[in-house]
Order: sequence, then C-alpha cells, then structure tokens
Amino acid sequence: MSFLIDSSIMITSQICFFGFGWLFFMRQLFKDYEVRQYVVQVIFSVTFAFSCTMFELIIFEILGVLNSSSRYFHWKMNLCVILLILVFMIPFYIGYFFVSNIRLLHKQRLPFSCLLWLTFMYFFWKLGDPFPILSPKHGILSIEQLISRVGVIGVTLMALLSGFGAVNCPYTYMSYFLRNVTDTDILALERRLLQTMDMIISKKKRMAMARRTMFQKGEVHNKPSGFWGMIKSVTASAPGSENLTLIQQEVDALEELSRQLFLETVDLYATKERIEYSKTFKGKYFNFLGYFFSIYCVWKIFMATINIVFDRVGKTDPVTRGIEITVNYLGIQFDVKFWSQHISFILVGIIIVTSIRGLLITLTKFFYAISSSKSSNVIVLLLAQIMGMYFVSSVLLIRMSMPLEYRTIITEVLGELQFNFYHRWFDVIFLVSALSSILFLYLAHKQAPEKHVAP
Amino acid sequence: MASLDRVKVLVLGDSGVGKSSLVHLLCQNQVLGNPSWTVGCSVDVRVHDYKEGTPEEKTYYIELWDVGGSVGSASSVKSTRTVFYNSVNGIILVHDLTNKKSSQNLYRWSLEVLNRDSMPTGVLVMNGDYDQEKFADNQIPLLVIGTKLDQIHETKRHEVLTRTAFLAEDFNAEEINLDCTNPRYLAAGSSNAVKLSRFFDKVIEMRYFLRDSNQIPGFPDRKRLLGGTFKNLHYD
Repeated sequence: MSFLIDSSIMITSQICFFGFGWLFFMRQLFKDYEVRQYVVQVIFSVTFAFSCTMFELIIFEILGVLNSSSRYFHWKMNLCVILLILVFMIPFYIGYFFVSNIRLLHKQRLPFSCLLWLTFMYFFWKLGDPFPILSPKHGILSIEQLISRVGVIGVTLMALLSGFGAVNCPYTYMSYFLRNVTDTDILALERRLLQTMDMIISKKKRMAMARRTMFQKGEVHNKPSGFWGMIKSVTASAPGSENLTLIQQEVDALEELSRQLFLETVDLYATKERIEYSKTFKGKYFNFLGYFFSIYCVWKIFMATINIVFDRVGKTDPVTRGIEITVNYLGIQFDVKFWSQHISFILVGIIIVTSIRGLLITLTKFFYAISSSKSSNVIVLLLAQIMGMYFVSSVLLIRMSMPLEYRTIITEVLGELQFNFYHRWFDVIFLVSALSSILFLYLAHKQAPEKHVAP
Repeated sequence: MASLDRVKVLVLGDSGVGKSSLVHLLCQNQVLGNPSWTVGCSVDVRVHDYKEGTPEEKTYYIELWDVGGSVGSASSVKSTRTVFYNSVNGIILVHDLTNKKSSQNLYRWSLEVLNRDSMPTGVLVMNGDYDQEKFADNQIPLLVIGTKLDQIHETKRHEVLTRTAFLAEDFNAEEINLDCTNPRYLAAGSSNAVKLSRFFDKVIEMRYFLRDSNQIPGFPDRKRLLGGTFKNLHYD
C-alpha cells in the first residue's frame, strides 16, 4: 500500500518536472524558432524530468521521506530510464536530425543514422578501457558498465565547466579588467566600417554595369557548353570577364574586412555597456562579489593541486567534519544526528539548485550563440545529452558531500564504482581547465587593446 | 558609369529566411549556390531602369543592403546594426513561408528601423498588436517577400497565402511569394517582376522626385550616437 502512495508521489513530481522542462524549452530556448519536431521537445523535457527526480530522491534519502524499499526501486528504475535515454535514444536522434539536414542523404536517413549510432556506441565503449573504473566482473550490458562511462564523460564536462566558470566569473564581474572605451573610438570604427561598405558598393556597381553591357552586347555570360565552347573560351576569353574576376577578388577581401570591423564594433558597444553597468549600484555589488570569487577560485585551484600532489581524497564530508570541529575544538555539544541531517539537507539542496540553475543558464547562452534555424534540433538534443550526463555525474560526486549513512543508497544503486577515481579525475580536469582558461583570457585581454590603436 | 544616381534599400528578416539568396537572385540573376551566414551586412547592386519603356527612362543603381542577425540579438549587436540604417530609401521585409515566427518578427524588424532615432537599442514591448499609426506616417516604401514557396504543400497553400496577404496589408505594402532557388518566379513579364519593378520605381520616386514636398526621414544623424546611447541604460 505504501508503495503505491510513494509511487504516486514520485509520478506527480515527475510530471511537474516534465512540465517545467517543457515550458523552459518553449519560452527560453526556442523562443525565436518554430518547433516543428515535437520529438525533440519531448526528449528534452523527459531528460530534465528524470534528472531532477534523481536529485529529488537524494533529498528524500536525507530527509527519510518515503519507504526505503520503494526509494530503492525508484532509484533503479530512474537510473535505467536515464541510461536508456542517454545512451540509446538521444544519440540516435542526433544522428537522425543531423543526417536529415544534409540534402544528399535525405532519402536514406534511417540507415545512415543507425550507422552513426553504431559508431557512437563503439567509441563510447572504447572510452572505458583506459580508465580504472570497474572491477572486471560484470556483464557487458549492466548498469555499472554504462554508468561508469557516462560518469567519465559527465565528470569531464563538469570539471571543464567548473574550471572555466571559476576563472571567468571574477573576470566578468570585476571592473578592473574593463578596457576603456570612449564614444570617439566607436565613432571612428563605425566610420571605417561605412567607408569599407562604400568601397564594396562602388566595386559592385562597376561589376553590375560591366555585366549589363556584356549582356546587352549579346555576350551572354554562360558557362562554356560542349567541347568547342571550352576550346573557344580558352583562346578568346572576353576581357570583361577577366576584369570581373579581379574585381570580385578585391570585393571578397573588402567583405572580409567589413565583417571584422562589424564584429569589433559589436565588441566595443558591449564593453561600453559593461562600463555603464559597472557604475550602477548593481554593478558595484557584482564587482565586490568578483573579488570574493577570485579568492574562492584561487583557493579551489590550490586545493585541487594539493589533492593531486599529495594523492589524497577526502574521506569525510564537510558536514561531519564541521560538526567534529565544533564538538571537539569548540566544546559545543549538540545532537549530532539531528543537525547533521538538516545541515546536509540544506547543503546538498543548495548545491543541487545552483548547479541546475547554472547549467540551464549556460545552456541557454550557448544555444543562442551557436544555433541557427537549420541546426536548432541537433543542438538542443546535444544540450539535452550534456544535461543528462552532467546530472548523472553530479549524483556521483555529491556522494562525497553527504555523511556516511546517506551514502549507502547511492553506493548500493550505482554498484561497485571506484568513486575515488572520479574525484581524482575531477580535480585533474578542473586544474587543467582553470589554468588554460586563465591563459586564454590573458591572451584575449592582451590582444584586444592593440586592435584599436591603429587609425 | 558610377555617376548614375543611387538609392538604398534594406533587406531585413530573421536569420535563415533566405535574404542572401534573394539578394543574389535579384542582382545577378543567378541562384546562390552555397548560402552561408551573413555576419554584419552584405551589399549588392542592381541596375534598374526607372520607367522602362517610356521617354523618361533613366537608369539607377539600387543598393540592396542585406543586414544579418535576429531580432533577439544582444543590444550591442543592435546598436551596431543601426549604423546601416542611415538614409534608407526603401525596405524589403523577407519572411519564411514555412515559419510563422519569422512573419511575426517582421513587425519588430520594421519598428527597429523606423524607430532608430528614438530607441537605438530597439527594445520594444510587442504584445502582438502593432501601431497602425506608425506605419501610416511612414514614408519609406515597403515590400514583403515570402520565401521557400516550394516547400509549402499544395493543400496548405491557400491558408498560407491568405495569412501573408493580411501581413502585407498591415504594412501597407505589396507582397511577392517565391522560391529563391528558382529564377522563373522573377522571369521578365511575370506579375512578380512587375510588382518588383513598381516597388523600385516607387522608391526612386520618393527619393528623387518628391523630395521637396515630403519630409524624407532617415538622414544620417550624429545625434543618434551621442544622445541615443545614454538612453541605452533605461531600455533594458
């Protein structure tokens, strides 16, 4: 009986999450496009719903809500469904939509997408070989095998995003790094842009006029047809067409220049807006936060290095350690069990909410930047895949932040994974990502001001 | 040769509707083989005979400025785009017949150009209605072109064409529906070619022959930058 009640609670919450994912998709991601293939929207919402349910189960575990056996059952079911989606459905559909975009292969979409899917599975399987993730006594298609590989990809993604985010956040918040941009700079650049456009126009006018006179004189600018046509065009090419190709080359170069000038102007406008924003109250607040975040970022890089160098993986979670410190050093006595439950609930809850929110915002920004009307389906599916893998590996890593008694369910359900490996891997990739972001931002920052010095 | 008079026509529309293909077709009478994203603005020139066949026939250059991007772009992109909107003599609004959103976005596009003096960042509150008065005062001739006609199935054609007829009426403009990969839609003598020719004639007339009696909006405005940019703050 209680199983039924528990299941109905789970299902209602899943439907809520599904609805939220659906709305997010329609209102945020796809607000400039038309949804033609509802499959994409359904897949995205389903992935989101099942990922959030996993987090919900963790929270229930901590709070002790629902029957323990029904929790276990739902964990298993959830995990199976998510793995099914991440490993089978989404890659297949990505291949399918990718192939439908290519005109040539339009007729044989299905076989080609199956081919792509098989290639994906092959590489996905090979991924597991160089990593010591499993004890080798499990079957081929068990949950552990799939989860271990999904975990590797997801943890890599998480670490890359964390590393870049940790460095980029203070860089964008702090106004120390803002270049000084004045109105005259922008005006000068705009003038150059318009001059370039005028030059392109005058050349195109010459070309248009030349084409028109050639057309009127009867020299139709056709491709040489037939054998004799080709021979004739070699020996007696009209002088007009030679001129045209020369001018066309000049026009191509000028067009490239105009594109660059356009992008530089956009950049200057964006910097100017940021300067204006930093003078407001909100801007000053974020600037202040930026200093905090830079200290936090340095500390995290330091800790990651220590972890790697001294080869240690934390055994106790922060909650228990905090409680230990207060009990032992500060001499305050309180009900450990009660407090550890509530504090870990709050801590884990905050981690979950901020990571979901952060991921959705990043995904939206990414989507706006790179999608077009043709590729929007493929990109959304890729994002759904990333989101699913990210959430699955969050579950793997969150285990470290929970006290021992709550870790059991994750360990039970996910099987005998070498959890320590994932933490070590996270530290390594985080370090690499943070250091290369610092390098990248440094180079980008250095290069930018030099561009605008020239007249 | 370059001493012919010129008029400037903007080609606006959402990303991916086919503006670059259309401009290529109009100016070079050939289909564009490899369309790719337009960054910034690409220009092409068409030589047009004003009042062809009459004694007052005169040749003009028509510059077609194909501005890339979407209505939802960042405000820095919109501010940069406004530099292309100076001294515009005509506007061609392009939408995709298979994508309703691109037709709806045309209202925002046209307002972005027509309001560039007052709201340079173009942040508008559109609740689906539009302000007919803005379009009534407007002196700049408009033309609405719907692309990808070949991808509309025969059975749905009537419904789509009715919808676009309403759209064109809202803008007080003519409309043409075609497929940019097929030059026969604009073959000489077809009704589409006649409409196009009439539109260009109207643009030239507004620019050169009705100058004294009407006020032509759209002269280059320096104040746009200096006065307008400080309004940026309040329109986010």
